Amino acid sequence: MYVAVKGGEAAIDNAHRLLADRRRGDRCVPALTLEQIAGQLALAVDRVMAEGSLYDRELAALAVKQARGDLIEAIFLVRAYRTTLPRFGYSEPVDTGAMVIERRISATYKDLPGGQVLGPTFDYTHRLLDPELAGDGPVASGQRREAEAGRVRRVSEILAGEGLIEEDGAPPEDGAIGDITRTPLEFPMDRQSRLQSLARGDEGYLLGLAYSTQRGYGRNHPFVGEIRIGRVDVEIEVPELGFCVPIGRVQLTECQMVNQFKGSAKAPPQFTRGYGLVFGQSERKAMSMALVDRALRAAEFGEDVVAPAQDEEFVISHCDNVQSTGFVEHLKLPHYVDFQAELDLVRRMRADFDKRAGGSQDHKEAPE
Amino acid sequence: MAVAAGVLEGGFADAVMEGQAVFRAVLEAMARPGTVQPVAGLQRAPRPLSPVAAALVATVCDGDTPVWLDPSLAPGGSRTRGPGDGGAVAAWIAFHTGAPLAATQGEAQFAICADPALLAPLESFARGTQDYPDRSATLILQVDTFSEGEPLLLEGPGIAGRAGAAPGPLPRHFRDQWRQNGACFPRGVDLIFAGPDAVMCLPRTTRILETQR
Amino acid sequence: MTATADIASYNFAYLDEQTKRMIRRAILKAVAIPGYQTPFASREMPMPYGWGTGGVQVTAAVIGPQDTLKVIDQGADDTTNAISIRKFFQKTAGVATTTKTQEASIIQTRHRIPETPLQAGQIIVFQVPIPEPLRFLEPRETETRKMHALEEYGLMHVKLYEDIARNGRIATTYAYPVKVEGRYVMDPSPTPKFDNPKMHMSAALQLYGAGRERRIYAIPPHTRVVSLDFEDFPFEVQKFDKPCALCGAEQVYLDEVILDDRGGRMFVCSDTDHCEERRAAGHVGELAEQPR
Repeated sequence: MYVAVKGGEAAIDNAHRLLADRRRGDRCVPALTLEQIAGQLALAVDRVMAEGSLYDRELAALAVKQARGDLIEAIFLVRAYRTTLPRFGYSEPVDTGAMVIERRISATYKDLPGGQVLGPTFDYTHRLLDPELAGDGPVASGQRREAEAGRVRRVSEILAGEGLIEEDGAPPEDGAIGDITRTPLEFPMDRQSRLQSLARGDEGYLLGLAYSTQRGYGRNHPFVGEIRIGRVDVEIEVPELGFCVPIGRVQLTECQMVNQFKGSAKAPPQFTRGYGLVFGQSERKAMSMALVDRALRAAEFGEDVVAPAQDEEFVISHCDNVQSTGFVEHLKLPHYVDFQAELDLVRRMRADFDKRAGGSQDHKEAPE
Repeated sequence: MAVAAGVLEGGFADAVMEGQAVFRAVLEAMARPGTVQPVAGLQRAPRPLSPVAAALVATVCDGDTPVWLDPSLAPGGSRTRGPGDGGAVAAWIAFHTGAPLAATQGEAQFAICADPALLAPLESFARGTQDYPDRSATLILQVDTFSEGEPLLLEGPGIAGRAGAAPGPLPRHFRDQWRQNGACFPRGVDLIFAGPDAVMCLPRTTRILETQR
Repeated sequence: MTATADIASYNFAYLDEQTKRMIRRAILKAVAIPGYQTPFASREMPMPYGWGTGGVQVTAAVIGPQDTLKVIDQGADDTTNAISIRKFFQKTAGVATTTKTQEASIIQTRHRIPETPLQAGQIIVFQVPIPEPLRFLEPRETETRKMHALEEYGLMHVKLYEDIARNGRIATTYAYPVKVEGRYVMDPSPTPKFDNPKMHMSAALQLYGAGRERRIYAIPPHTRVVSLDFEDFPFEVQKFDKPCALCGAEQVYLDEVILDDRGGRMFVCSDTDHCEERRAAGHVGELAEQPR
């Protein structure tokens, strides 16, 4: 007598209970606070905000905690939350030229107005594990200098003075900025929609694609014109008032990649640009985004589209880690109905094969 | 800002549940062309927008859907933009749905017509493209009856065999216009007839058979 | 801690009204253009992409308090993902649920169509992973869109014909392409081809939601749905050698169940409700417990 398996509901409840238990871990150890996560795992929180497309440190910290440190899971939690939020309006474009700079470096000039500001970087640390950090020893506060007054000119503006670099892309003439969260993707895309997709794209995926362009799969001769990290005001226009009001400040990482371009029949030789902009502090992501952005502009500059990183449909369709992880992991779901259909087919084809094999053997033996 | 009191009133009391009920009626009507599906109208919406048409607008329109109003609904013409300029109906739609008025018929995602007999040709509305036939207008036509207008014999997806319906009044040369609309499938407009207390639909796939009269 | 405290409040059926309106508009166009994949601005859902987010969004846009919902995965009401989705709607919409096909006004399904013929007034919502029937022949959306626009489906016939040349039969067993009302070639979602004939002239409205791929498509009731085939190789469905071991049903889709380590196996209804109904009506298969 066969009894079908039941009790899926209880199994799910028990699994969730066990998950909560494992997440909490040893009860003798104090639970992490959101302040600790936001304050001390700040770059994990930044990544969740960036790829979750929601600038809220507290919620991102909660997501990191709830996801047991699995950042893609945390990004998913934040996305699923943000999607239900009402849309009150769209901000004005932020002015990164007016950024309150915490870090700003250029690889194309030794020195430049505004200076090279290293800021809180891992760059020149020796990657030696630091046993001191296992404890909670005193840490000196950062050395501060007087903030420069006024704008710190962007390197692209400096180059633009000589006419040696392409201009800032102009917003569309009808003023309509797309919104990839509200409109289904349509290929070919315009650059602004592509940049929106890349901004929430998976860091690891974009890093791999960016790296591939450096190794010759769509090489685009990049220089880091500038990376800047800091805070900018977000403003919205209030129609009733007729002017813009700041509604908050966000930390951003911006990367302007400067790329050699030999010119074409239509365009003079000049530098072209790849652009990366990410919530929080994430140079790796901003640089990767800039390299991929430039690679995806191949057709615009009349370059041959030959490498994966230059292929818009390929890059954009697969850059979202919430989509990717869902579909890869859905293979865990039962597929036994379809498998049954395949099993039946393979059995029948196998029977045909065996019959044919048997038949040809008879045939071989016949002449003897 | 002086806003007529009527503008602020007459929307759904419970947008979630009422919107769902109206949508289900429209879905059923669109899936089974020629059938008449009851809809509770918004009685206090400004005339000449009918209560059922008002309920449809409140269900399907919002800030993402440019709406075109026929001349009887938009005194002063549909080219006027902004609440108040197009009369009470435009102001009511703007307040309750946020839907912008379409600058031209061709830009409208929804067209509301209180006087179908005077409707501009169907081909003046967006039919979508061969690539994206869904980018076409849906016309909401206010009618007085589903049984005493011009008898139509219908055939196509959603209809088991044939179905009869007699909505009225209909746009001029409706049979010819509808045949032309069907001929450019998959492009074409879709129609929702808003009766006194119900809806009926003709999606572009429905064919009107020639009948002997 | 202001934002975190508000998280618990969600709208009826989870989606906000603006999202529902957007999905509803897409559904109406999908019904008006049978078999055409209507793009929609799919939202992130609280379950992963690939786990039924398209179906869930369609159901959430359609469902009301008067509805009775049935959710199946692989034909069964008690598979874990079916349970999870059913609980989601119980929690967010408070609707009545059922396992009985006949009692349901909305049936959300993954990979099966119930054996009991659907009726007028019922809506069946399919979860679709890859809505594009041409995707595995041409990965580019820009190309497949052109093919649909031009009704250029030669590639699909070539693929099926190559199957025949190589294997002596069409080697597609599920997600078997169909042509809807003589125009659009459509992917029926990964249901076994056994279920394809149920789509033809069904009395129910069939809605298909693909969340990750952002497409909704539909087949209205009483619509022609033809599985692609050739005159000399007509479409045919799977046949099972034995009836269901529990209820004795024939001409239904069966799951193979491994009974022991010695290769013992049995075949039982994939549609659990159908099997239970039959057993309740006194039908007995060869391995079922005999009624006392």
